[in-house]
Formats: sequence, C-alpha cells, structure tokens
Amino acid sequence: MSKQIDIKDLDIFYGDFRAVDGVQMQIKPRSVTAFIGPSGCGKSTVLRTLNRMHEVIPGASVSGEVLMDGNDIYGAGVDPVNVRREVGMVFQRANPFPTMSIKENVLAGVRLNNKRLSKTEADDLTERALRGANLWNEVKDRLNLPGSGLSGGQQQRLCIARAIAVEPEVLLMDEPCSALDPISTLAIEDLINDLKDKYTVVIVTHNMQQAARVSDKTAFFNIAGTGKPGKLIEFNETSTIFSNPDKEETENYISGRFG
Amino acid sequence: MPISTQTTESGPTGPGSTPESGQKPPQSPATRQQKAVVRPGDRIFSAATLIAGILILVILAGVALFLLAQSKDTITAQISDPSQITGGKGFFSYVWPLVIGTLISAAIALIVATPFSLGIALFTTHMAPRKLAPVLGYVIDLLAAIPSVVYGLWGIALAGNLTGFYLWLSKWFGWIPIFAPAADGSVSQTGRTLLTASLVLSIMILPIITSLTREIFLQTPRLQEEAALALGATRWEMIRMAVLPFGKSGIVSATMLGLGRALGETMAVAMILSPGVLTASLVVSGNQTIASEIAQNFPEAAGLRLSELITVGLVLFVITLLVNMGARAIVARTSVKGS
Amino acid sequence: MTTMNTTTEAAVSKPAKLTSKQLPKATPWIVAVASILVAIVISFIAFGGFNIPVVAVLAGLINAIAVFAVSASYEGRRKAVDRIATTIVTSTFVLACVPLISLLWLTVSKGGAAISGDLLTRTMLGMKGVLDQQYVAGEATLAGGFYHAIVGTVLITLAACVISIPIGVLTAIYLVEYSNKNRLGKAITFLVDVMTGIPSIVAGLFAFALFSTIANVLLPGAAGIAKTGFTAAVALSVLMIPIVVRNTEEILRLVPMDLREASYALGVPKWKTIVKIVLPTSVSGILSGVTIAIARVIGETAPIMVTAGFAKTLNWNLFSGWMSTLPTFIYDSQLRPVSPGAAALASSERAWAAALVLVALVMVLNLLARIIAKVLAPKAGR
Repeated sequence: MSKQIDIKDLDIFYGDFRAVDGVQMQIKPRSVTAFIGPSGCGKSTVLRTLNRMHEVIPGASVSGEVLMDGNDIYGAGVDPVNVRREVGMVFQRANPFPTMSIKENVLAGVRLNNKRLSKTEADDLTERALRGANLWNEVKDRLNLPGSGLSGGQQQRLCIARAIAVEPEVLLMDEPCSALDPISTLAIEDLINDLKDKYTVVIVTHNMQQAARVSDKTAFFNIAGTGKPGKLIEFNETSTIFSNPDKEETENYISGRFG
Repeated sequence: MPISTQTTESGPTGPGSTPESGQKPPQSPATRQQKAVVRPGDRIFSAATLIAGILILVILAGVALFLLAQSKDTITAQISDPSQITGGKGFFSYVWPLVIGTLISAAIALIVATPFSLGIALFTTHMAPRKLAPVLGYVIDLLAAIPSVVYGLWGIALAGNLTGFYLWLSKWFGWIPIFAPAADGSVSQTGRTLLTASLVLSIMILPIITSLTREIFLQTPRLQEEAALALGATRWEMIRMAVLPFGKSGIVSATMLGLGRALGETMAVAMILSPGVLTASLVVSGNQTIASEIAQNFPEAAGLRLSELITVGLVLFVITLLVNMGARAIVARTSVKGS
Repeated sequence: MTTMNTTTEAAVSKPAKLTSKQLPKATPWIVAVASILVAIVISFIAFGGFNIPVVAVLAGLINAIAVFAVSASYEGRRKAVDRIATTIVTSTFVLACVPLISLLWLTVSKGGAAISGDLLTRTMLGMKGVLDQQYVAGEATLAGGFYHAIVGTVLITLAACVISIPIGVLTAIYLVEYSNKNRLGKAITFLVDVMTGIPSIVAGLFAFALFSTIANVLLPGAAGIAKTGFTAAVALSVLMIPIVVRNTEEILRLVPMDLREASYALGVPKWKTIVKIVLPTSVSGILSGVTIAIARVIGETAPIMVTAGFAKTLNWNLFSGWMSTLPTFIYDSQLRPVSPGAAALASSERAWAAALVLVALVMVLNLLARIIAKVLAPKAGR
C-alpha cells in the first residue's frame, strides 16, 4: 500500500485559462501533506489532478507529469478510471449516494467495479472500512438504513469509509471538514492521523490550524491576482512553514498579514 | 530529506511575462487526456444516447419530408389545373379562409384566457389562504390534463345556451362587424359558431397558461418580495414591484405556449363548429380552422382530396413553427438578464 | 427661525403612527352581498327577470367599484388600490372556476348516469339504429359499449411508450451527460422545442404519410392498409418523445454533480456512474415525468383518427386493421350517431360515459405520477 507521488512541471488549464502554473513537488508515502492558500489559488485544482478528477469539468487539461511510484498517470494509454481506483478522494461536502444504505454506500466502489463479493466478504469489508473510518460503533446497528440519515460528520466519515473500501494507495481530501462542526472536525482529524499509517494522504484545507495539527508537510499556494495562474510558493516541513518559512509571502499569509 | 520546492520566482507574475503566450494551453503533445482509453461500455452507452438524439433530428426531418411528399399531387394539380382543387379556384384561395379562421380563433382564445390565467395564478400563489393554495394549484394541473375531446363534448352541450347571449350581442353591438347578425337579423340557431369554439379554446388553454405562470410566480425570489414588504408596500404594490417584473418573460412564454396549443387544437373546434364560408361575424354560422377542416374531412378523403388535406396540415405546421420561433425570440429579448 | 424650531419639536415629540384607519374585517363581505342584491334588482328592472350571467357580471362590477369607493374614502388611496386588485384577482379566479366546474360536473353527472358494466365490456359489434330507438323510447337498456376502445387505448399507448421512452430517456442522457453543450446538443434541444409545438393532427398526418408511402412501395395502390394501431402509436410517439426528453432532462440536471464526482473518484466508469448512480437517484422523477407524458397523449384524438380510423369492434392486432381509442370513440359517437335524429341521444350518452372513463384515467395517471414522485424519491432518512 501507499505510494510516492512526484509532480513535475504541472500546468493546469481550463479551456484557454491557465489556472495553475509549474508545480513541482514530491509527496512521500505514508505521510500527510496539507495544501493551504487563499481562495482561488489552485490548491483544490492541483489535488484534483492527482486522480484525474479535474477532467470531469469540460475543457480542463494539463501538461507536465504526475508520477506514482515512477508511473506517469497522464501517460499514453492510462485509463483515468484505473487511476481513480488507486487514488481515493473525499469531497468538501459529504456526498453519500442517496439511493443506497450505509452498507451499500461502503461497498459501492467495489460492487460498481464488478467485483463479486460473498456475503461474508461483504460484511468483513464493510466492518473493516467503517472501523477504518472510526464509524463502526456508531452505525453497526443500522447498516441497512439510508446513509443520508446520518449527521454531517458521520456522513463525511461514511464517505471516507467508502473511499478506503476500494483499498486505494493514496487518499485525497478536499476541505473535508469545511462543512462540519468542531466536534466532527476533531473526529476527522483523529482519523487522518490513523490513516497515515496505511495511506499517502493529501488534504486541502482553509484552516491553517488544521494543517498544523494534521500534516507532516505543507504546501503553500498563492495567486497574484484574479485572472493570474496560481503558483506553488513554498513546500516544506509543516513545522518550518508555521514557525520559520523560507519565503516572505508564506510568512505574511501565515501571520495573517496577507494582501 | 530533500526539500523539493517551488518552481518559479515568487515575485509578481504579471507585467514581466507575456500573458498572451503564457495563458495559451499547450499544443497537442502536452494535452494528453484526449488519448485516454475509451472503455467498450462507455462507447456503447454514449453511442446509444447519441443515436437516440440523432433519431429526433431524423423524425423531425421525416415529418417535413413525408408531408411534402404527400403534398406532391396537390402541388402538381395547382400548377397544371387549379380548378381541380376543392373550391375550384386553386390551393391558395382554398387555404386562405382556413388560415384566417385559425388565427382568429386562436387570438380570441388568447385574449380571453390570458387575463384570467394571470388572475388565477396570482390568486393561488399570493392571495389564497395558505392551506388552500397548493390544493388549488394541483386542481389546475389536473384540469390542464383533461383531454380536448372532453372539452369538445362539453362545448356541444353548452353551445345551445349561448344563442341568447349572441342575440343580445348582435342587438347592442351589431355595429361592430364581428358581432354583426346575418342579413335577416338572426344569429346562429345552434350556437355552434367560431366564437363558441374560441371561447371553449380559451377555457382549454386557461389551465395550461395558468400552471406555467404559477410556476414562474412561485419562483419569485422570496428576498425581493420581503424587501418590497419591508419598504411598507401593500400586497398589491409588492406584486407589482417584485412578482410581475420577475415573471414577465415567463408570462410571455406561457402565453405563447398557450397560443401554440390554440392554433393546433383540433378536436374542440372540429366538434363544436359547424363550418362554413369565411365571414367577418363571429356570431353567425360559418368559418373554419385548419385543424378542424382536416379532422372533419380526413376520414372520407381519398386521392387528391387526401393530398390537399395533408398539404393544409403542412401549412399549419409552418404556422405553428413560425409562432413558436417568434415566441422564443420574444422570450429571449424580454428575459431578465443576470438575475 | 421659529418655523424651523417648531418643525423640529414636532418631529421629536410626535410619536410614531403605527395604527391607521382600517375597515372592519367583515366589510368586503357586506359590500359583496350588497352588490349582488343591487345586481339582482337591476336584472329584474332592465332584463325583466333573474338572469344568472347578467347578475354575476353586474355584481362583479358593482362590487369592484363599491369596494374601491368605500376603502378610498376611509382607508386612503393606496389601501383602496390594494383592495380593488385583490377583488379583481379573486373574481377572475371565481369566474374562471365556473366553466371548469361545469365541465367536471357535466362529465360526472352525464357520464355517471350512462355508465354501466355492460358498456365497459361490450363493443359496438352488431349495433343497429333500432336498438338505440328502442332505448330512447324506454323499451330497452342502452346497447353497445366501448370495450374495444379501452383495449385500443391501452395497446396504442403501450406501443407509443415502448417507442418513445427509450428514445426520450436516452436523448435526455445524451443532452445532460455527453453533449457538453456542443452543436449537436444545441440542435437537439432546439428541435425538441420545435417538436413540442407540433400540432397533434400534424403528428398524425406525418405517421399516416410515412406508412402510406411505405405501403405504396410494398404493395402499390394499397395505401389503405397504412391505417393501423401501430401507425397511431408512431403518431403519439412524435408527441410523447419531446415531453419525455424535457422532463427527464430537467430531472437529470437536478442530480448533484457531487454524486457523479464521488462515483468517478471510486474508479467507476462514466456509463456505470450514469446507470448505477445517476438514474437510480432520479428514477422517481423520470417515472413521474413519463406518467405525465402518458396522461398527456392518452387523451389525444386527432392523431388517432387520421392514423387508425374508427373501429366498431375489438381488434387486438396493432399491425393490421383499424382500431378505436376512447377519444376517437367519443368523437365518433357524438358526431356520427348510430341512429340520427332523436335517438342520437343514445350515442351521446355512450360518448359521455366514455368521457367519464377517459377523464378518470387521466386523473388516475396524474395522481400516480405524484405518488411515484413521493414514494420512489431517495429517502431523506431519519
């Protein structure tokens, strides 16, 4: 499990618009990397290129390389569907499938990918994934109820369980706590700490304290102005970023003197 | 642990670099996701949906083509010997009164139905008691679904009762050509006139226009309504300030849809109207619409007559097409921009 | 100086005015009743009797004027305008209800009086004018029936569904999921709009022209065999497809992008995401839209009569021979009674009975659409 990601000269476009310019980065396996920066700086966009989700938006394209353990996920003949099976993703807003029960939600990725599961395999996987997402104890008695009946924080953990049930190598999280209350946020942050034993985790967050709490390394993105591309300003140990960053721009943002 | 860091200088990007070349996406070698594998499942499914979409183009082209093909005999007859056409004076003098009758009946229906539709829509959305309003809305939707043949049946039952009203109209308003009585001072004995047909048409399109307008009124942003009320507006002032301006383009398009319905409506007119020659007066027997002409004559038609009726249908198709396009143009012009 | 002082003082000392003169709540009702009474009096004087339409129109006018006058003199102009607007809007509503209620009432009373189990299970096979004359003379019960028309309605509508639901739903999927607003997608949207506006009789003429051309090619001179139930089904499909496309498209666009992204992120291919996630989420809306479309075309008369003729007897074969549906049966019975003259009443009664069945069918379909939308919608949980 868990892979290293190398990003080389990554440019991202929406149609003719250059959204992100020249990103270089190396993300180590079994670590948590946080992307921080002001709104519109391209941090979510970069995250979405790591499992080729940005292509879902019409007109989006990239140039450059994203290597997972040395294999370019944008190489010729690479199927984005296969990439996404290796790289799971959790979204800003919890989005359990409304037509499915809690258990069906967890198994959705596996079932929809044509894997036949025996009843015991399915039960085992459900329990494993829900335990992995720290949700098992709360929902074990109502696995067949709709996932949309859970609280916001529980729904988000259900989505994490759904993502890890397909046993990805990498887990991407796009502001997973931005719609949650502080207690649910704490639960997710604890979970992220546990997840890093098995997965390479990349998390986008608006909340700098959160980045400081959960991540090993932090990447700071910034944008020069509207209509300009976002850039990676600094990528460093989280402790360095928050105590003694290399760049003045980072320092300004961290200390709130931004703009 | 090596620190791989940023790429470019962290200085401001703008002025120095050439934005033109900088903003352009890379050419084909670099944009690579187009080359991504297409799965057979995806290919089959997207092809199926594409074929379905293209079928719609084919059907519509077919409608025009086959109607044209069947009109061939009429066109040949019109060129070689116009006296063969019903009426003996060629196709255009045959179809002209029908077109006029169609337009008049649709126009009357629209003029009568629109104010009532607006009233009902306003009443059910802003004035009716809260608990009653959704029920009324639902009843309107149900009425919109009643088949036109039932309206026709009802119109026949009703027509006889209108002769008194028509007599009164011709007595007091006979100086207006559309209410003029026949030469001997009488009006239609059966009441089965174009005016009756138009009134039934207006009742038919009433629920349709209402249910569309209602939907628009319900979408009025709550904030705008509250803003008006907070300024001290009365309910009517609020409706005039917030609801009506917001719904303007919606009302126009709902009306136009109603017009389209009235133009193409066959059965109610075919059942109610006892057809005759084109006359200006709407309270005496006479007049005919296109759809009704086809419905009344098609079952017995053969040969050239059949072809004539299909050609008349083609004319109706073109008229409704023009009306719909005109409606769309109006809607595009009046729609609120950037709201 | 002095004046300025006084105004300032006045503004400071004067308490905010929150109450204003208001008419008692019962006033509109009193005015309305008075208006009706006045209208009745005028009706007696000017028209020599009680004339319901005259009274209604007069009462409405007098009421509007009186409400305005009373309110304007007591509450002020703005309030009066508000009241008169309310009065006018309410009266248009009441006035418009009259014909609609009359329609429903006639259908239920006339249809209800005529309908019987026999009418529902018999056809017009062997129907003679003599039988109707006997019925009108009170010597026999109402003969004939419209079982054949019910069968025809069901068969033709089912065939139309089989043709139009797949085409309509797939087209909507193409428009929402695949077209990305490209040229073809825009063209299809435009043409679907155009199709919505096709008059129903033109749709019928198209289907007839299509099949009689085909029949002419296969069997020259036998264009008559083009009139079948299937031809009618094709005509109905032309009317039904745009409704299905529109409704389905609207519903599919409501499915949040979040769900599609969640599915893609699990490594699920696009087509499977559509089939397993998007469609199940929107199935209630799609089905209810389809039901509305069925309710809409099941009452169509014109396209059926030009494509399937008027059958008097039972025909289970969609591909051969004429067929009747409830709407064409109603039309045919009313306009071409079995026995002309006084005995035409019998045909008219059959028509009203069939109308009652048809209206009930349409209402049930509409109700069904509502129920489907509620019951099958994704559960909110809790």
